[in-house]
Amino acid sequence: MKKVYLDHNATTPVHPEVLEVMLPYFKEKFGNPSSIHGFGREAKVALEEARERVASLLGASSNEIFFTCGGTESDNLAVKGTAYANRKKGLHIITSKIEHHAILESCKFLEKEGFVITYLPVDSLGVVDPKELGKAIREDTTLVSIMYVNNEVGSIQLIEELSKITKEKEIYFHTDAVQAMGKIPINVKKLNNIDMLSMSGHKINGPKGVGAIFIRKGVRITPWSHGGHHERSRRAGTENVPGIVGFAKALELAVRDVEDQNKHLKELTEIFYRKLTEAIPDVILNGDLNQRVFNTLNLSFKGVEGESMILSLDLKGVAVASGSACTSGTLEPSHVLSAMWIAPEIAQGAIRFSFGRDNTMEDVEYVASILPEMVSRLRSMSPLYAKEK
Amino acid sequence: MYSAKVMEHFQNPRNVGEIKDADGVGEIGNAVCGDIMKLYIKVKENRILDAKFKTFGCGAAIATSSMVTELVIGKTLEEAEKISRDTVAEALDGLPPIKMHCSNLAADALHKAIEDYRSKKRIKEQK
Ligand SMILES: Cc1ncc(COP(=O)(O)O)c(C=O)c1O
Ligand code: FES
Repeated sequence: MKKVYLDHNATTPVHPEVLEVMLPYFKEKFGNPSSIHGFGREAKVALEEARERVASLLGASSNEIFFTCGGTESDNLAVKGTAYANRKKGLHIITSKIEHHAILESCKFLEKEGFVITYLPVDSLGVVDPKELGKAIREDTTLVSIMYVNNEVGSIQLIEELSKITKEKEIYFHTDAVQAMGKIPINVKKLNNIDMLSMSGHKINGPKGVGAIFIRKGVRITPWSHGGHHERSRRAGTENVPGIVGFAKALELAVRDVEDQNKHLKELTEIFYRKLTEAIPDVILNGDLNQRVFNTLNLSFKGVEGESMILSLDLKGVAVASGSACTSGTLEPSHVLSAMWIAPEIAQGAIRFSFGRDNTMEDVEYVASILPEMVSRLRSMSPLYAKEK
Repeated sequence: MYSAKVMEHFQNPRNVGEIKDADGVGEIGNAVCGDIMKLYIKVKENRILDAKFKTFGCGAAIATSSMVTELVIGKTLEEAEKISRDTVAEALDGLPPIKMHCSNLAADALHKAIEDYRSKKRIKEQK
């Protein structure tokens, strides 16, 4: 059976070049970077080279890059770390309604600890209006955290404008850029109002369980894991050297190929969307065709529920998601689509098609060729879709 | 995640559709997830002769809808009333824990359709 993977916002395969640079650090170069002997020094050199590479790819300096075990840890550190370090200044934090759970659950935790959180709304395309941020800022606001790109619908936030507002008020600005890396060129020298930025390896054809956070020099932040003096005491724990080496390589490839990939993905998804809308009536695009990262298309087929679509596609070898992978275990409609004021029965049918670098026009044709029949089968069973249509 | 039987019913659901002159109709929305099922029954001499369904829901919702129609056809109303969500889930070789509420949909729609039939009948008899 043909297999087509269209769930790259959940995770991506490791690029062969990435795997190759990682392997020695599992085998002969297995040392602990904190050890002073030759094995340790060898690992330390690799670790610091990876740090320098990541820093230069981002326009940061290497002492502003801290390796973590992924996007979730980076987000936790940014939100809780700055909240606690600055709590004498204030207890108010601003985020948005469409953040990843790594941010939202960190905020919920902080609420229980006495912090006050404002969740900014988004428009029907999933974008935060900077004016709303301006209105929400208070005397005691210490941190604003807004994601760069949303993982469910691919909407791109106005990070430059948002971070300019916080700079004027001397409030820290964090962005979860996990879904933006490799899709949007990011340079923190240019975006000089960003104070912190989260990254993850496995969304950019790197390994799982490794990521990084950029923390601009001077940002006051409290560590969340205590132990040895790793990562300049911001994050204790023996570094995942093979993972970090792989992450740096993955980021290098992602940054190098960003333009080509965007062209490739724009073409694939636009043709895919056109083919579907030509063949299937009542296809609803959740989000915007232009204001998005080009790999992501979030679609609802009116009258059809999401899980039954995913199962049908899976039976034909096609992997897609409804909402984010982490929320598929819950039953509520996606918090992102709800925040975009999408009707519950449309949100319940949302399917996220997220393409990646290995997808081809053949994949597009295959999926577009099997979808019409699938949709009409499920519609024929649906009490929400009239036959006569 | 699903049993082979659930997948089989999902792929080849029995008794999909509507019954135009149904004797009882049960429509139910699942309070947990918002999915919707509509069940039609045809009754003669206290026995369910035919049942059809339409469902907007997950794989388990479609499979349980299909299974419940198979279970009730030919049964007396009293027998059909005894069918619970567990009966349906068991007939499908079980459901994943997080999907147990899906079988409510089918059982509730069935009970509502029987209730609908009975209340229509009462009204007719009063006339
Ligand atoms: C926007 C966003 N933030 C954070 C994460 C979490 O990253 P990780 O899986 O590396 O913990 C993800 C991935 O699911 C994501 O999409
Ligand atoms: S999730 Fe709604 S019926 Fe299964």
